[in-house]
Amino acid sequence: MRTEFLTIFWRDMLKFFRIKAMLFTSLIQPALWLALYGISMSSNFDRIIPEIPISQGVTPVNYLTFMAAGVISLTILFTCLYSGITLQFDKEFGLMKEMLASPLPRSHILIGLSLSGIAKSLIQTLIIIVFGYVLGVRFFNTFSLMETVVSVLGILLFILLFAIGLLFLSSTIALRLKTHEGLQGVITLFSLPLFFASNALYPITSLPLAIRIISYGNPVSYFIQGLRYFTLGSNFYSFGNYYQYSSFDVLFALLFLLGFAIITYLFALRTIKKVKIV
Amino acid sequence: METYEITVEGLRYQYGKNKAVNDISFKVKKGEIFSFLGPNGAGKTTTINVLTTLLPIQKGKISISGFDLRTQPDEIRKSIGIVFQNETLDWNLTVEETLEFHGRLYAIPKKTRKDRINELIQIVKLEEKRDEFVKNLSGGMKRKLEIARGLLTRPKVLFLDEPTIGLDPNSRMRIWNYIKRVNKEGVTIFLTTHYMDEADQLSDNICIIDRGKIIVNGFSEVLKQSLGMDVIYLKTDQDEKAFKTIKNMREIKNIRKAPSELMISVEDGQKNMPRLIEQIRIQGIEIKSIYLKKPTLDDVFIHYTGRHFREEEQEKKKKIIT
Ligand SMILES: Nc1ncnc2c1ncn2[C@@H]1O[C@H](COP(=O)(O)OP(=O)(O)OP(=O)(O)O)[C@@H](O)[C@H]1O
Ligand SMILES: [Mg+2]
Repeated sequence: MRTEFLTIFWRDMLKFFRIKAMLFTSLIQPALWLALYGISMSSNFDRIIPEIPISQGVTPVNYLTFMAAGVISLTILFTCLYSGITLQFDKEFGLMKEMLASPLPRSHILIGLSLSGIAKSLIQTLIIIVFGYVLGVRFFNTFSLMETVVSVLGILLFILLFAIGLLFLSSTIALRLKTHEGLQGVITLFSLPLFFASNALYPITSLPLAIRIISYGNPVSYFIQGLRYFTLGSNFYSFGNYYQYSSFDVLFALLFLLGFAIITYLFALRTIKKVKIV
Repeated sequence: METYEITVEGLRYQYGKNKAVNDISFKVKKGEIFSFLGPNGAGKTTTINVLTTLLPIQKGKISISGFDLRTQPDEIRKSIGIVFQNETLDWNLTVEETLEFHGRLYAIPKKTRKDRINELIQIVKLEEKRDEFVKNLSGGMKRKLEIARGLLTRPKVLFLDEPTIGLDPNSRMRIWNYIKRVNKEGVTIFLTTHYMDEADQLSDNICIIDRGKIIVNGFSEVLKQSLGMDVIYLKTDQDEKAFKTIKNMREIKNIRKAPSELMISVEDGQKNMPRLIEQIRIQGIEIKSIYLKKPTLDDVFIHYTGRHFREEEQEKKKKIIT
């Protein structure tokens, strides 16, 4: 098997750890979100929302824990959507010529980048989980050891699919736009609705119909569904709502993300095969 | 027996309606240094980009190292090295990492890769900068690094697009020497330049290209000699006597008397100048100064296009300013 994609991965990670400003912000930002937004909101919500009597077997989940999954998704969303910028820079400053003139299959550029996208996403997720624990986020609370292990694997799978789907999307946009300034605008345009028309910070059921419809086609929602299922369980109560995820829901979410990743990959591959740099 | 490393037949490339390369054909022999000499916008980079598979081939037939560009682009990619006209270095990598990245891109096995990197870093004299970030290198060092990178894969053909652009005379000379050395080791070199001295110094074979067309192709000396005589400018303490002494020499075609010197048209001045000096000395005439002016490539360019080599460039500059 050809493994040149590891070279692309290697270079991207090298730069991730090397460019200190980038490293610092990408590690601090999720913690800040959790600390500032999470704490202030949860102290409000947990007070405002009346305690509904909870039936047997349902786990109560505080708002901070509920929205931690949202912060993870937000972080991955931004990290991966912005990762395409690497390609944009490489293209704009001619670095990509070196790769395009080499025997490296173009798909390897995409695969290598998505590996580093996954790696960055995992690092950030870990930070949120650890830092969140300090603040009062309680993941895997009622899980047995076995359930926890399965859950971690489940989380990995969801992060993997979500991250690469976003990365391919971002690569496609990046390679089709002429300048990186344009790219930043387009990505902001994409990321805000993706994030807010989702169940990241609040339950979908309370959203207006139009936004609810959008959220059903929104990979962020499905990612969060999977994440909550594997961190909070199939049956919990938070924020004035009962949440019940059946295995079917989770499987559907997984397939949705898989489809998302495949489709964006095909677009990205088509795009990168056509890239001309002179 | 195939003795050509590159053959190009009827190559055309258009950007929209702009015919950047307009039906050119040429051959590059194995092991030679071949130069594409032409003013800005002549189509040099476009040709290189097509030859190196960065641009799709629109019209024409190209074969490099025995591979057909249309059907075996990957084989060609494996057998060539490229130094691009504009810098293509990642500023956040070190010198060593830059080479390491390139070696991995071409899937060179680890051991070989390490050995070659060590060797090349030494050759281009960047040992002390091995762990320096590319952004902290000088322009000349960056260029040398790019050349080292181009050689890392042991290419059969090395494409150099304006290799010494923006370098000081010293660095240019060193890079020229280095290019010659690489060539001696058997690498065929395809070079583009708009410096006439560079083409003159380095190449076995020169192709002058202008506005997408090849104007003339041949050995530098042959091209220049095709224009006619060399001129020897001679100053002595007794010009009249010198004139009489040499006017009957067979090699001399014409002598004009200027107020303070003689202008002697001669074939193959380099060979005949020593004889001329000898003849004059024998007569006890003291030579105050003597120099030989050979036709330049600029003269060749004027001869074939009716324009100065630099004219186009000057016009463009004016346009940019106004
Ligand atoms: N990407 C491009 N899109 C459109 N036209 C281009 C492009 N690149 C080059 N051209 C045009 O093609 C022609 C040849 O350009 P090319 O870059 O091949 O010249 P060159 O000989 O390399 O010049 P220079 O010495 O300035 O590098 C020019 O008229 C140029 O304007
Ligand atoms: Mg050029």
